[in-house]
Amino acid sequence: MTTGETSGRIEARFAALREEGRAAFVPFIMASDPDTATSLEILKGLPAAGADIIELGVMYSDPMADGPAIQAAGLRAKAGGARVSNTLNMVRTFREGDADTPIILMGYYNPIYIYGVERFLADAREAGVDGLIVVDLPPEEDTELCLPALEAGMHFIRLATPTTDDARLPAVLANTSGFVYYVAVAGITGTKSAETDSIHSAVMRLQRHTDLPVAVGFGIKTPEQAGAVAEVADAAVVGSAIVQTIADNLDGDGKATPDLVEKVLSFAAALAKGVHAARRQAAE
Amino acid sequence: MNDLSNSFRSGPDDHGHFGIFGGRYVAETLMPLILEVEKAYDAARADPSFQAELDDYLAHYVGRPSPLYFAERLTEHFGGAKIYFKRDELNHTGAHKINNCMGQILLARRMGKKRIIAETGAGQHGVATATVCARFGLQCVVYMGATDIERQAPNVFRMKLLGAEVVPVTSGTATLKDAMNDALRDWVSNVEDTYYLIGTVAGPHPYPAMVRDFQSVIGSETREQMQAAEGRLPDSLVACIGGGSNAMGLFHPFLDDPDVRIIGVEAAGHGIETGEHAASLTGGTPGVLHGNRTYLLQDDDGQINDAHSISAGLDYPGIGPEHAWLNDSGRVEYVSITDGEALEAFQLCSRLEGIIPALEPSHALAHVAKIAPDLPSDHLMVMNMCGRGDKDVFTVAEALGVEL
Repeated sequence: MTTGETSGRIEARFAALREEGRAAFVPFIMASDPDTATSLEILKGLPAAGADIIELGVMYSDPMADGPAIQAAGLRAKAGGARVSNTLNMVRTFREGDADTPIILMGYYNPIYIYGVERFLADAREAGVDGLIVVDLPPEEDTELCLPALEAGMHFIRLATPTTDDARLPAVLANTSGFVYYVAVAGITGTKSAETDSIHSAVMRLQRHTDLPVAVGFGIKTPEQAGAVAEVADAAVVGSAIVQTIADNLDGDGKATPDLVEKVLSFAAALAKGVHAARRQAAE
Repeated sequence: MNDLSNSFRSGPDDHGHFGIFGGRYVAETLMPLILEVEKAYDAARADPSFQAELDDYLAHYVGRPSPLYFAERLTEHFGGAKIYFKRDELNHTGAHKINNCMGQILLARRMGKKRIIAETGAGQHGVATATVCARFGLQCVVYMGATDIERQAPNVFRMKLLGAEVVPVTSGTATLKDAMNDALRDWVSNVEDTYYLIGTVAGPHPYPAMVRDFQSVIGSETREQMQAAEGRLPDSLVACIGGGSNAMGLFHPFLDDPDVRIIGVEAAGHGIETGEHAASLTGGTPGVLHGNRTYLLQDDDGQINDAHSISAGLDYPGIGPEHAWLNDSGRVEYVSITDGEALEAFQLCSRLEGIIPALEPSHALAHVAKIAPDLPSDHLMVMNMCGRGDKDVFTVAEALGVEL
């Protein structure tokens, strides 16, 4: 796999965590949910709340792998001014105050395709984006974005799922970089939760096929669940539960209440504490 | 035209692409499932007993072949081309949709699936799916936009009578595209026992090709019937397009006959210039939605716009990827017809032919009305009468200001 030179932030972050013997806490928020200013304030506050890596959602009107919480977040974000260019601006502003926390953009292919792949990769790299998770681009469509991204030094983080069997796994991992994201349940975001035992065996299966760090997401809602995942995986991703906290702190007109940012960040801090308190079980 | 490199009938390639269109843009959770469908379909296609079983059900349950009917009074009325209707509205359940459902349900049975899910807009595909599920004793869940449930109440009741569960979809704009999103969400959540029976020539590979193959019985019969009636091929074909399955079914067997002019008719809604339409080719741009690249109604940020048509069955912001490719290659002409023009054709056909057409083929007929008068009397034109209008009487009455 030939790749351009990456920003190095993801590699550095996982190396540092490995030294500390702990897993990464990876919160997800939808860019511009419920409006761009509030969303930016949350984004800026996440590292201090304990975020090791941040996933920033790129709004799409038809998110076919997402459950009700993230669908609703997308609609709020659209009303709040979400556009690809605006999301890149948020990252640019974030980078003025944080040079180290990796940022992954997560979403669907069409907004990137319409923005233009080459232009998007150049602008995202310049803005300070470290990697991409694009839900609807399986390895069968690698020429669209994955290969150009790797050449541009942009990590392309692939999803592996419970339906990805051993025969298919090598194809899924072949052009993956940065880390692997294991989708813990066959389903959409924010609904079912997986048993820790099944997550553990799935992570071990992935580790037999790759040296990349393994992040786990889908269905992690509480600090306890996040902590349990952090014992067996290299990172725990929490999305819907955080996004739901935003939804729970809106006024009757759907606007942010004055303490929304604080509520979201204190929930993130509790999740981070759950992750950071967990000691990694010897996987090596 | 045996040289495949010059054929319009050789697509898609091994990866499901028609030129730049088509493909498999789905979440990893679904990839193993659609690969399984592809493998099962390839095996079924190669098995003569599968086709024999399908043919038997098409003959005795669906009622095929559907007639090719000379529409004499409309021909006289337009005073030009000789108009034939391919009468797929006479199929069991009243539309072409059952051709595809019968094929896919036999496939699902071969795969051992017990639970069938489907999306529906006008409700015709939902009814056809519920019908074949009832026939074979399979559980059936149909996703339907809340907006469509309201305007297609008779079909909702039909589905329930047939034993299906109809799930109202309130996400997004609560129409067909959102029903498809929710069906895909169901599928990723129920991967073990569920088969997704897509109703049109869209979605990830192999669906566009598979649905086309099952619908191509329309065009294959038309070739034979026109040979029998007139001793030659038709000069032109006209069909309406939402996702495009009835049109693809009629067109595909004729794509390599260069003398056959082929015209697809999209829904222009209130008019292309108003922005309130469902004409993806005329008023859209290429993008990726529901597992394939095709022409879409979308904004400059890649967000999908709402479609509008008086016909719920055409109210979709995309179009099958093979149509997108046939458009760009120039083999098929694509035009559009407004709500008002379709309503006029609906009434004209009812009065002159004693056939109440669905609003979908009323779009095709409205285009026939535009071009037929200027064509010579020996021009043979086939329009696909892909559905009957019973389901639309409430919508039409409302549009005409009649209280029922």
